[in-house]
Amino acid sequence: MSDVLFINARLIDPASGLDQQGALLVRDGRIADLGQNLGRPDGVAVVDGEGAVLCPGLVDMRVEVGEPGGEYRENIPSAALAAAFGGITTVAALPDSKPAIDDPALVRLLRTRGEETGSLTVHPYGALTRGCRGEELAELGLLREAGAVAFTDGARAIGPAKLMRLALTYARMFSARIVQHPEEPTLAAGGAATEGELATRLGLPGIPAAAEALMVARDIALARLTGGAVHFAHVSTAAALELIRRAKDEGLAITCDTAPPYFDLNETAIGNWRSYAKLSPPLRADADRQAVAAALADGTIDAVASDHQPRDPDDKRLPFAQAQPGGAGLATLLGITLAQVHGSGLPLGRALELLTVAPARILGVPAGTLARGAAADLALFDPDRSWRVTAGALPGRAQNTPFDGRALEGRVLGTWKAGRRVFGG
Amino acid sequence: MGKGLIRVTTPLRHLLAIEGMYPPQIAGLLDLAESYVLLSRTGTTPRDRLRGRTLINLFFEDSTRTRTSFELAGKRLGADVINMSVATSSVNKGETLLDTAATLNAMNCDLLVVRHAASGAPVLLARKVDAAVINAGDGTHEHPTQALLDALTIRRRLGGLQGLVVAICGDILHSRVARSNIHLLSAMGSRVRVVGPPTLIPPEAHRLGVEVFHDMKAGLAGADVVMALRLQQERMTGGLVPSSREYFRFFGLDADKLSYAKPNALVMHPGPMNRGVEIASSVADDPVRSVIREQVEMGVAVRMAVLDVLAHAGIKGGPRQ
Repeated sequence: MSDVLFINARLIDPASGLDQQGALLVRDGRIADLGQNLGRPDGVAVVDGEGAVLCPGLVDMRVEVGEPGGEYRENIPSAALAAAFGGITTVAALPDSKPAIDDPALVRLLRTRGEETGSLTVHPYGALTRGCRGEELAELGLLREAGAVAFTDGARAIGPAKLMRLALTYARMFSARIVQHPEEPTLAAGGAATEGELATRLGLPGIPAAAEALMVARDIALARLTGGAVHFAHVSTAAALELIRRAKDEGLAITCDTAPPYFDLNETAIGNWRSYAKLSPPLRADADRQAVAAALADGTIDAVASDHQPRDPDDKRLPFAQAQPGGAGLATLLGITLAQVHGSGLPLGRALELLTVAPARILGVPAGTLARGAAADLALFDPDRSWRVTAGALPGRAQNTPFDGRALEGRVLGTWKAGRRVFGG
Repeated sequence: MGKGLIRVTTPLRHLLAIEGMYPPQIAGLLDLAESYVLLSRTGTTPRDRLRGRTLINLFFEDSTRTRTSFELAGKRLGADVINMSVATSSVNKGETLLDTAATLNAMNCDLLVVRHAASGAPVLLARKVDAAVINAGDGTHEHPTQALLDALTIRRRLGGLQGLVVAICGDILHSRVARSNIHLLSAMGSRVRVVGPPTLIPPEAHRLGVEVFHDMKAGLAGADVVMALRLQQERMTGGLVPSSREYFRFFGLDADKLSYAKPNALVMHPGPMNRGVEIASSVADDPVRSVIREQVEMGVAVRMAVLDVLAHAGIKGGPRQ
């Protein structure tokens, strides 16, 4: 069942730099061999790739899975469907659920819920503070022992500098990274869109782009002070990226990711008060979008994550300022990233690195490679096959995509989890 | 009696801190305290030694055991002992401290034992009074008699301090006991380690001459002595530690963590203990390794020695320090 031979595939493994036509053999759910020509052992099913790309299953390091507490918007089985459609086999789940993932038992629950799907590994983030309320540290040591991959308060920024300092100092003991929503909360409070001409014309309260750079600058200083490791999620501005670039040059333990909306869309997507394009952080001016796209190529950005935030129509069909921010992203993660390959010259290998081994390394999880012996988590996709994003017809429960109607090139043909086909065919 | 036992190179005027004391001064105090251990046990302490001297326990912070220990020490040497408890909450501390000093000075007190929540308060007081001032704990600075009694306990059990590996575990950041012990043990040739979460280790701790560990097993490996420190409840509400169960999991001194120390390592605690937080009952009550109750006994003897030396070496009415 889980013994499969892939033939006629373009094997791309960013972890090793491999990019060649060939075959890949899966035995007992693990990658047994790969090369230009492999014999066909008896009793092994054959999948003909017909020249499509076979790469490691994608690792999405920022996903709201809806559990516990938001199951009517998304749950782990429904998120697993969307993930499999998108070629994703591993996710890191945000902890700002209801209740928050601030107890070791909840970490174990989410991991188990992922295992039950048979198609998606769920690595929970631990809550950095109790209830993600931003007051007292959660039990980072016990959460880490239970399997929390890093610590964050999810969509809530860690506001007080003293708390962030304490968290970085304490988490260092467990070699754990702190994931920050980089937005200075007092400056962003009440805002609904990026401050500027468009927000002014729409009459929307603004969030200055500087709110991101301020928090990034502060946390870089705190990382320097404490020796702690900070990961900035969904970075969206040129100013913040420049600070991160310099901090990396300095050798600080700083990493960051961005999400597809921030290199594919700009603030004009919210025109006519389109609340499905209301995100947090808000979509930015086009100069910032271009800076994000450039940072994918130059290495400043370490990973691309979907930032999947399930919302239902009641959350969105509201006056813009009252609508909830957030967009569904699992199904479109690969396609929107490939648009950078087709349209902006991002090398395909680099694009896949951002989606596989790079986030796996940040999370410290064994995923995202085609190494012999690794779990056979695989995605087979045709980079040129086109499809159209249609809200209402996406896999999973969450339909709140900011990319509704968008034509994309690059479609997943099949997804395998531990050698078992979980999508396509 | 006793004078022949004192080998103090520089006469001590006050006992404000261990930092800056010379090893012979420390050894001299410990030698004298040693003799008072035996005399206390036989009930034959020299009641005339401090006859006619007045000792005032001036406690700006509540403390039952330290105050009682000084009171007993004074009485066993025949001093007149007066306890003053001063509430800190109602007064402007700086002004009151100096006013109190002036008042006490007018009463011709000989020995003034001071505990205060503010680091450095005994030094301020010592500048203003003629009495010999003994620091019984000032803020997060020092607690010299605790370090002396710990040293005496170790010395009596292990024969000396030179070359011992001593692991001090827990809330180093807020601990005056830890600071005094670091200075004393380092001066006497021990190798001191501090072990605790990074949030409870003071910045630049290694500059005090200690090795810093954040892992109990590594920090305790091969230790001759393991000291657990009290974790104040407010450290948890203040967020430096997430919970007592997490603290106990990683830093609570239990049999498993203690097994990394030497087989007969001494277990010490300055008290009062939080069982199940910084120390497990099985370890605290270990009849062989735990010397926690012995520390209390040594406390009285050490304080007798300190009172004795200061009452006789200090020149009353002489030049102020």
